[in-house]
Amino acid sequence: MKNYADQLFRFLFQAPVETSSYALIWYGLFIFLVAGALLFFAANFAGITSFVERRIAARIQSRIGPNVVGPQGILQWVADGIKLLLKEDLIPDRADRFLFRTAPYFVFSGLFTAFVALPFGFGIVAADLNIGIYYIFAVTSLVVVGIIMGGWSSNSKWAMFGALRSAAQIISYEIPTALSLIPVILLTGSLSTQDIIKSQGGMPWNWNIFHSPFTLACFIIFFISALAEGNRIPFDLPEAESELVSGYNTEYSGFRFLVFPMAEWANLWVIGAMVSLTYLGGWQIPFVSIETLSGSPWLILLSVAVFAGKTSLVVFFIIQIRWTLPRVRVDQMTLVCWTYLAPVCLASIIGTMIWMLVFPWESMAGFVIRVIMSGIGAGAVIFYIMRIRYNYLSGKAAYEKMKGIPLWYPFWRLP
Amino acid sequence: MLKNQLSHLKPQATPFMEEMILNMGPQHPSTHGVLNFLIITDGEVIHQALPNVGYLHRGIEKLAEQTPYTTFIPFTDRIDYLSAMFANHVYVMAVETLANIEVPERGEYLRVIACELNRIASHLISTGALALDIGASTPFVHWIRERECINDIMEALCGARLTYSYMRVGGVSRDISQNIKDAVLKFLDHFEPIIDEYNRLISFNGIFIKRLANVAIISQVDAVNFGLVGPNLRGSGIEMDIRRAIPYGVYDRFDFKIPIGLGFQGTLGDSYDRYFVRILEMKESCSIVRQALETLPPGDIRTKIKRNLKIRENECYTCVESARGEMGIYLVSDGSDRPYRLKIKTGSFTAMSIVEKISQGLMVADLIALIGSLDVVAPEIDR
Repeated sequence: MKNYADQLFRFLFQAPVETSSYALIWYGLFIFLVAGALLFFAANFAGITSFVERRIAARIQSRIGPNVVGPQGILQWVADGIKLLLKEDLIPDRADRFLFRTAPYFVFSGLFTAFVALPFGFGIVAADLNIGIYYIFAVTSLVVVGIIMGGWSSNSKWAMFGALRSAAQIISYEIPTALSLIPVILLTGSLSTQDIIKSQGGMPWNWNIFHSPFTLACFIIFFISALAEGNRIPFDLPEAESELVSGYNTEYSGFRFLVFPMAEWANLWVIGAMVSLTYLGGWQIPFVSIETLSGSPWLILLSVAVFAGKTSLVVFFIIQIRWTLPRVRVDQMTLVCWTYLAPVCLASIIGTMIWMLVFPWESMAGFVIRVIMSGIGAGAVIFYIMRIRYNYLSGKAAYEKMKGIPLWYPFWRLP
Repeated sequence: MLKNQLSHLKPQATPFMEEMILNMGPQHPSTHGVLNFLIITDGEVIHQALPNVGYLHRGIEKLAEQTPYTTFIPFTDRIDYLSAMFANHVYVMAVETLANIEVPERGEYLRVIACELNRIASHLISTGALALDIGASTPFVHWIRERECINDIMEALCGARLTYSYMRVGGVSRDISQNIKDAVLKFLDHFEPIIDEYNRLISFNGIFIKRLANVAIISQVDAVNFGLVGPNLRGSGIEMDIRRAIPYGVYDRFDFKIPIGLGFQGTLGDSYDRYFVRILEMKESCSIVRQALETLPPGDIRTKIKRNLKIRENECYTCVESARGEMGIYLVSDGSDRPYRLKIKTGSFTAMSIVEKISQGLMVADLIALIGSLDVVAPEIDR
């Protein structure tokens, strides 16, 4: 980001920043600018995702969803936000007032600081840390501290249950999440998010996911663990609304409550971005090498679009899972983690190491295997799409026969 | 009183474990109405769960003593709002038995059609709500969509969507028209494949099976000893259905199977069996409605009865197979125009009695599955 700050200064004041006596002030201002931009992005993404999720859920459940506020209801999240802002900020009697008030800050800062190391396109990253992935893991763990604080200080048994479940869940799933990224780090030799993407390519067979069966397994494990870390169904145990009323945020209201769901939706971007940058090739554009990419601002914009597109697809998939699957039980959740995910992860790490020795990335055999693997992956995606299409058409036909009117509104409308 | 209830539990706690008393309900998303469970837990594991019923008591039995026989029918709708038709049916059957009123054949057939449609509607809510309790919200909404079709049919048939008051002493209130007949057949054609779609969506979902199979197993002995009825009893593998055991109305003319639990995905009598028996029962109900529509005899739908019905001193017990099992009414008359005593027996109430025994050692999430699979409806427990 430093070079962008330098370029912007040169553009604005026609002088190199190094010679300026205001260099420190300029950099400070620029940091605030970037932080503001990130916050703006994360908050808006969370809001819009809340709307999009509700519309997707409505479509899955053959409802219409919010469609009143603004065109197609797209401003619904603004209305919801304003409503929550205007609500009274209740603190339960005999709650630990200090912890109760501070818990949302932990959730908020734990999540939004992760955006610092997340890339958005070629060279577009707030801080290209050389420990990027490690940093993201470290700061997102702060969220669970906030959840435990909020649940414990609420002076409610349901909130307490949610907090303890959250603790058990995050502690369990931190391990497969971290372990399942080790093959990527092995392949790349770096923890920096930009370096990981640069080591991959634009075409699917140059992505880390299709390097070997082991990385594919690790990708699936990483995705499952990321769902668990993000408290999404089938792992939304801390919030389990049918069991624990609302889990750790039962007693919260108003803006303090808003922080929790907002962090959850912002976390969707973090999950999606992590998945796409580590395994799905990040912002790599097919047939465009990194040298040509670095030369053209338009291609950089395209790389932003590619990255956002991949991330959105992952987010869409997560939302679809949420509205399809039931919730697992708390012991099953830890059982899955310790008996399947963690051992498979460890085996995959060793497997990837051997695979790297036997079939190096550049070798012909390695390339052929990657192409075959990506073919399998494409087949899985096609099967998934055809399956959805089949269910969609059969349900549509059945309903039209029954009611004589089409069940689904035309699909050129918003999701 | 509560303290007394709890005092004998204290010694059960192991000394090094701190037990916690958890109040589940009356305001809780998964208690299906206002129901209170006093749960003594160690963390997530339940040591004891005491159902505390009575929050929805409306004194319907007492109201019956103040109300003439024929005007009590709308009250029976409120016994169980999800399957109002059965409460209607059992009440009018009791009055007919006492007053020796013959019901025309067509009336009996219409009762069967309405009851079986209502059974489907009730099981739709029951199975959907169980999925909702397990955490999957989509199946419930899909089932609500299908139930809407039944509600439309019922609206055309009885003029009401939920509290039908369709039965009358001596028959039913309205005749079925050709339009409604077509609508019912159209719905059945539409609905039977939807059951398979629903099974694909949730019944055979791996997580769903994991959550229900081998959870809260009710053995055959327990099921009988605690007086479970209906799908809960059949889920434990006991083939007991009032429609077959004590045939009432014209049920002996129809050919239908009685689905029982077989340990579909795990042990016999687990939550999944109770759930899946209901799914299978919906298919049987569809076939009963089809048969009834095919063989619907012409004629009157109602016998004329006296405006002011007075019944000489007598008593009787009648029961029907409601969506939640045996629903019975014990009716005592004293020669006046209103009952001397009316006692309602419902399936949900007996189902609540087994919660305390079965819930020991379950987790909190399993208790939700147990309550959902027992299909209790709070107003039916308390009346």
